[in-house]
Amino acid sequence: MVKSTSKDAQDLFRSLHSAYSATPTNLKIIDMYVVFAVFTALIQVAYMALVGSFPFNSFLSGVLSCVGTAVLAVCLRIQVNKENKEFKDLAPERAFADFVLCNLVLHLVIINFLG
Amino acid sequence: MGAKKASPDLLNSSFSFKSLKLKTKQQELLLRVSILGLVYVLAFIARLFSVLRYESMIHEFDPYFNYRTTLFLTEKGFYEFWNWFDSESWYPLGRIIGGTLYPGLMVTAALIYWTLRFLRFFVHIREVCVLTAPFFASNTTIVAYFFGKEIWDTGAGLVAAALIAICPGYISRSVAGSYDNEAVAIFALLLTFYLFVKAVKTGSLSWALGSAFGYFYMVSAWGGYVFIINLVPLYVLVLLITGRYSMRLYVAYNCMYILGMLLAMQIRFVGFQHVQSGEHMGAMGVFLLMQVFYFLDWVKYQLNDTKLFQTFLRITVTSAILVGGIALGVGTASGYISPWTGRFYSLLDPTYAKDHIPIIASVSEHQPTAWSSFMFDYHILLFLFPAGLYFCFKRLSDATIFIVMYGLTSLYFAGVMVRLILVATPAVCLISAIAVSATVKNLTSLLRTKQKVPQTGSTKGVGSSKSSSKVTLDQSQPFQKNGAIALLVGVFYLLSRYAIHCTWVTSEAYSSPSIVLAARGAHGNRIIFDDYREAYYWLRQNTPTDAKVMSWWDYGYQITAMGNRTVIVDNNTWNNTHIATVGRAMSSYEDEAYDIMRSLDVNYVLVVFGGVTGYSSDDINKFLWMVRIGGGVYPVIKEPDYLVNGEFRVDKGASPKMLNCLMYKLCYYRFGELVTEYGKPTGYDRARGVEIGNKDIKLEHLEEAYTTSNWIVRIYRVKPPTNRL
Repeated sequence: MVKSTSKDAQDLFRSLHSAYSATPTNLKIIDMYVVFAVFTALIQVAYMALVGSFPFNSFLSGVLSCVGTAVLAVCLRIQVNKENKEFKDLAPERAFADFVLCNLVLHLVIINFLG
Repeated sequence: MGAKKASPDLLNSSFSFKSLKLKTKQQELLLRVSILGLVYVLAFIARLFSVLRYESMIHEFDPYFNYRTTLFLTEKGFYEFWNWFDSESWYPLGRIIGGTLYPGLMVTAALIYWTLRFLRFFVHIREVCVLTAPFFASNTTIVAYFFGKEIWDTGAGLVAAALIAICPGYISRSVAGSYDNEAVAIFALLLTFYLFVKAVKTGSLSWALGSAFGYFYMVSAWGGYVFIINLVPLYVLVLLITGRYSMRLYVAYNCMYILGMLLAMQIRFVGFQHVQSGEHMGAMGVFLLMQVFYFLDWVKYQLNDTKLFQTFLRITVTSAILVGGIALGVGTASGYISPWTGRFYSLLDPTYAKDHIPIIASVSEHQPTAWSSFMFDYHILLFLFPAGLYFCFKRLSDATIFIVMYGLTSLYFAGVMVRLILVATPAVCLISAIAVSATVKNLTSLLRTKQKVPQTGSTKGVGSSKSSSKVTLDQSQPFQKNGAIALLVGVFYLLSRYAIHCTWVTSEAYSSPSIVLAARGAHGNRIIFDDYREAYYWLRQNTPTDAKVMSWWDYGYQITAMGNRTVIVDNNTWNNTHIATVGRAMSSYEDEAYDIMRSLDVNYVLVVFGGVTGYSSDDINKFLWMVRIGGGVYPVIKEPDYLVNGEFRVDKGASPKMLNCLMYKLCYYRFGELVTEYGKPTGYDRARGVEIGNKDIKLEHLEEAYTTSNWIVRIYRVKPPTNRL
């Protein structure tokens, strides 16, 4: 059972990898960005678990900044992806402008909240 | 009136559509704008009854606190306001006002005030406060129009605007002078929902950002924002379950949630609740669920292979459930995620408050709603609502699902608590507007197709006539046309009844400021009892500035705002023990009460008494709540001591403890000498219709300081301790 699962998992990763390499470069860049943001958030959570969450607003703003960035980037990725039929009539420029606006608001609030 | 005005115009617009084909677009626009303008004005002026009938003043209890804080804000500026520690209430504890209120209302009023001053309109801040609620009600109609347009069409939007402009359920909380959080909160609520629905429809980040800002405004204005943060995730969940998940939904919800949550955390009273309290955990759970869902969707898309995907699913789902369960368990067990608050419990279980928290149950607006008040507040909307639901289900879309869910959940909450009728009102108006608009449209289209081609549908149903009008059936033509006309007349008759009912309710029931009482005299003339203000001004003029006044908490805000004196407890019921102490003092014998009052440094005691005027919401009728709240903390106070065979009475048959407790003595002091009604013995209590049981009341440690002209407010001075020589 365990063996078959691990073999399945290997298969899975291989096919995932091959499928993913076909993704356009601009989407890959966004993916990197998302992964980086999530990774930063995880580091902060781990740090919080070790040291404690005393300035709770600072911790929250750090983590939420990362999570927010990641989520907004995913939204951008969805919107600029050519294969998503739902967003056909949304220009990539418009999507990017929205993305920048949301990030601006997000980080202004974060700065206010950082304390 | 609004409904009457709007609906014929609506009809006209569809008729003129035919006659002038060239400029129909412009004409329609003109009509729409003028109707909206009329509705806007109507919503404002319908709420001015109270100003005309009484004067431009703040109503009820809580608005006085809001008024006082707004005054402070405009005088001292925002930073002082934000850091305000108020030593005039909750003596000797004080209250950190800046951190324990929703500042949205005050900041809004102050901004309007500053804008007006900038434009060189020198108005008093009180006028701004009085007219804030009608102004925002007008704005709500505009939002309702756009919302209706979004979920159905422009016709439904117009009808919704007209309906909400005069709906008594909304007017009850937004007449001129009721300067309360709900006044702006309903506007914010509807705006948030509208922008969210718009965001879901377009999948654009900027609409989601707008709805996050709407949410922020709502959070800053009213504690009812919890409804939004639970309804929106619920809606998302329903869409997920029913297989209506889309990328647009992902964009809208995630952006709105993250930004809205962060913005909401800037309000200090709300603070970290979004990540700590159980009420907000649903939203976070749905947020995480959406990430998982999106990720799975993405992997599925990448793999294009069901078998592989199933393995993947097996691995991820088991691990996700494991991690989530552990996190929730640890969080709850370690007390990091706080359990639900009492008010929230009492929403889910209406009997909860009655058994556990008397302070919530004692407020009349927290009682379950009676059927009659639904009829009173909604009138025909109550019947149109199910019809609207039918139309919504017939044309199901993301937007209509939202409005249906909003309507159903809020209607449930409206049944649990009287005050939440307000939250349900916009939804009821919108759904009813769909019913009206769809019906009228179908009927008129039926009439018009008649004139053109002899082509008809069956008379089976009003709702289905549009679709069936294309079906060529010929026999029942004249009959059907007449039927359509009759139905149209019926609809307009109903709408006009609604308009009349609304106007009547507004003028009769919802426009009384409750601080000035009005009654009909023996000859049908109006008598005004202005005793409250008389008493508060007496306090302001005749007592030392540092005097402490003890009263039941209902009058705390008014005493600080109008009397400018320190109070022991007020309507912000944050400290139950303190209130219970006052309740205990009121329900003890005079000696014991004197010790309590000395320990609280009380100089004056204020009671409200309606025995002379027949004013029934006075302190004697509230007395059992004082006993209950006092007894909840101090077991020496027992409710049965004040009752005789489970009955609350003040006449000769009353229990001895009742006849000699402080509240009884203060209310009925010297009352035994007074003849209140012709042909009745002295000491006849008109509010309860009995002759009082203890006519010979002697006060030892207190003395009467002031009694207003109709005896409604009585103020007593606490004597200093007697000389021990």
